[in-house]
Amino acid sequence: MRHIISIMLENEPGALSRVAGLFSARGYNIETLTVAPTEDESLSRMTIVTTGSDDVVEQITKQLNKLVEVVKVVDLSEAAHIERELMLIKVRAMGKEREEMKRMSDIFRGRIIDVTENTYTIELTGTGAKLDAFIQALEHSAILETVRTGASGIGRGERVLKV
Amino acid sequence: MELTGAEIVVKCLQAEGVEYVFGYPGGAVLFIYDELFNVTNAVTGIATAYMDSIPMVIITGQVPTHAIGLDAFQECDTVGITRPCVKHNFLVKDVKDLAVTIKKAFYLARTGRPGPVLVDIPKDVTSARCPFEYPETVAMRSYNPVVKGHPGQIRKAVQLVAEAKRPMIYTGGGVILSDASKQLTKLVKLLGFPCTNTLMGLGGYPATDPQFLGMLGMHGTYEANMAMQNCDVLLAVGARFDDRVIGNPAHFGQVQRKIIHIDIDPSSISKRVKVDVPIVGNVSDVLEELTRQLEASGYKPDQKALSTWWSQIGLWKSKDCLKYDKKSKIIKPQFVLERLYEITKGDAFVTSDVGQHQMWAAQFYKFDKPRRWINSGGLGTMGFGLPAAMGVQFANPGATVACVTGEASIQMCIQELSTCKQYRLPIKIVNLNNKYMGMVRQWQQFFHGNRYSESYMDALPDFVKLAESYGHAGIKVEEPGDVEPALKEAFKRKNDLVFLDFVTDQTENVYPMVQGGKGLTEMILAEEL
Ligand SMILES: Cc1cc2nc3c(=O)[nH]c(=O)nc-3n(C[C@H](O)[C@H](O)[C@H](O)COP(=O)(O)OP(=O)(O)OC[C@H]3O[C@@H](n4cnc5c(N)ncnc54)[C@H](O)[C@@H]3O)c2cc1C
Ligand SMILES: Cc1ncc(C[n+]2csc(CCOP(=O)(O)OP(=O)(O)O)c2C)c(N)n1
Ligand SMILES: [Mg+2]
Repeated sequence: MRHIISIMLENEPGALSRVAGLFSARGYNIETLTVAPTEDESLSRMTIVTTGSDDVVEQITKQLNKLVEVVKVVDLSEAAHIERELMLIKVRAMGKEREEMKRMSDIFRGRIIDVTENTYTIELTGTGAKLDAFIQALEHSAILETVRTGASGIGRGERVLKV
Repeated sequence: MELTGAEIVVKCLQAEGVEYVFGYPGGAVLFIYDELFNVTNAVTGIATAYMDSIPMVIITGQVPTHAIGLDAFQECDTVGITRPCVKHNFLVKDVKDLAVTIKKAFYLARTGRPGPVLVDIPKDVTSARCPFEYPETVAMRSYNPVVKGHPGQIRKAVQLVAEAKRPMIYTGGGVILSDASKQLTKLVKLLGFPCTNTLMGLGGYPATDPQFLGMLGMHGTYEANMAMQNCDVLLAVGARFDDRVIGNPAHFGQVQRKIIHIDIDPSSISKRVKVDVPIVGNVSDVLEELTRQLEASGYKPDQKALSTWWSQIGLWKSKDCLKYDKKSKIIKPQFVLERLYEITKGDAFVTSDVGQHQMWAAQFYKFDKPRRWINSGGLGTMGFGLPAAMGVQFANPGATVACVTGEASIQMCIQELSTCKQYRLPIKIVNLNNKYMGMVRQWQQFFHGNRYSESYMDALPDFVKLAESYGHAGIKVEEPGDVEPALKEAFKRKNDLVFLDFVTDQTENVYPMVQGGKGLTEMILAEEL
């Protein structure tokens, strides 16, 4: 099963490598990982998407909690939550393709953020599945480059993850 | 007053009550030694401590901060190398952070599930100066180990225990680490239940007590393994259901039983075996509360059920699974350990290396007290025995310390005979010399069709001469009749290190044995003798 885990950790050098090291040492799977400081500079917030049986995910959260720099761990998938991922995608856009590409971007609520004579760079946010769908919708040879951030997640409603 | 980083380290160690520092000098640590632990050499020791949850603080010297990352001479990413085998580690980049970091290191190493913590100090930090103040306490928002168990969970445990018909208590290293033998013994006595210890938990419950069934697991007793498998309620205390302890988890799971598990580390619970009543907390606190609630509930043992259970256990015991040939003309290793137990009146500190000798020591030396049995369980580090004995002797000057070892293991750190000479450490080395890596030979015999590749040692040194060359005494023992006199003679020499080289039966095997992957009760037993 796919799980999305949110972690609050001390914003210290090396903290990321402890988390990454834990996953590789114990053979856990990381699909995506995002991390950045929060409004409180001393804390970072990390989102990890992983897959595993319930037992494995239980161990993952326990092991994460054990890391001294980890302050809090929540498996967002246990309750209603929202996930978003950002993708920047550079596509070929020449001649009559330009109009078609712009239309496609609009349909997916993307924004064109850089333009050259031959290319567009489109910014797109959404769930991973939506980004995948966008890629699928394009002609393969039109895609010049993609970069994706991996999912960030937050609980729905008034539930907050705070220290 | 301003102090240098090096002086601060020393002051901090004093403030933590550290009496002995083990180390090795080198360029980047000279400021501390007037420190460097050769960290690459220390990794095996750190990993050994990590696997067995042993509290330890390691201070290492690093190249100056300005040189870090430039492949400087003797630069090594210590924090990176040790990360997978420490509870936590720190790189101190500013002398102002040094004292508080060392405080944190001791706090982390000793509390919660203990473990090794490393502090890496660049050379310029040891020479920089700042005012020194050692914090009394330290709080970390990200680290708050649970101590008291959840009362509601403990109440559930009390209920299960009170209804048990075939109960079993299984305890491990957590009892030793939590200094909870007294609480455990009281509870086991109150309940009248059978008790077994893991290899790391020996001494947690007195081995000579009739309720003790011996060690369980791969080389555990028949009765302990049978009771473990067939119980209806299992109380696990500070033990982590290791693969060498419960055998194949699927086989273990074939029998329905309720499991209560007390452990300070939630990740130890329901890791290999699903548990019905998890109790996260410190063993001694939880056992006290459990006992209090039991007494308050007016608990009376179910004598009828218990006596049926004990007679079943009696039948298992009558297999006499540790029997060996007492009339052998060749020295049996078990015989040496039985005599060692008697001659030291069961009161020695016994360290061991890794192999058959380790298992025989665990089976035949009856530990009635905690912290008397010091061995490497989780990592199984050959070479552990002698340095461990040195540490024990430093910590307990005047105490009787025996290192039970094998001719292969002892050679891993044989150079420490020199340190023993330098510090006059009167350790007694009990070398069970079967001229084989016996444990490897046993596996080859059982599971690899007698193909003894690499395990035969025909290039062994003369251990008596070797000991003598370091300035110690050595005694070679070849006849069963000489075992006792030699041991007596050695332990009489209170001030000398004596190397006892026992020429033992090369063909002897450790029984019972549960092969890897097999069920706990699928034991290979000694042939009828
Ligand atoms: C050759 C060889 C053969 C072996 N054969 C056997 C065998 O036959 N039988 C056997 O038992 N072992 C055997 N072992 C050892 C085995 O590999 C494990 O090391 C050992 O069984 C683990 O013991 P333990 O479960 O007590 O856990 P430990 O490693 O001692 O861990 C302690 C547990 O207690 C918890 N804890 C720590 N402090 C506290 C506290 N204050 N409060 C609460 N909980 C706490 C920890 O979180 C942990 O879960 C063998 C090893 C070797 C090398
Ligand atoms: C450093 C290290 N290398 C290899 C092993 C694998 N190993 C486990 S027991 C053993 C043999 C030990 O031989 P010896 O010390 O003579 O003890 P015996 O089994 O004969 O009593 C070996 C090689 C280990 N545990 N540690
Ligand atoms: Mg040997």
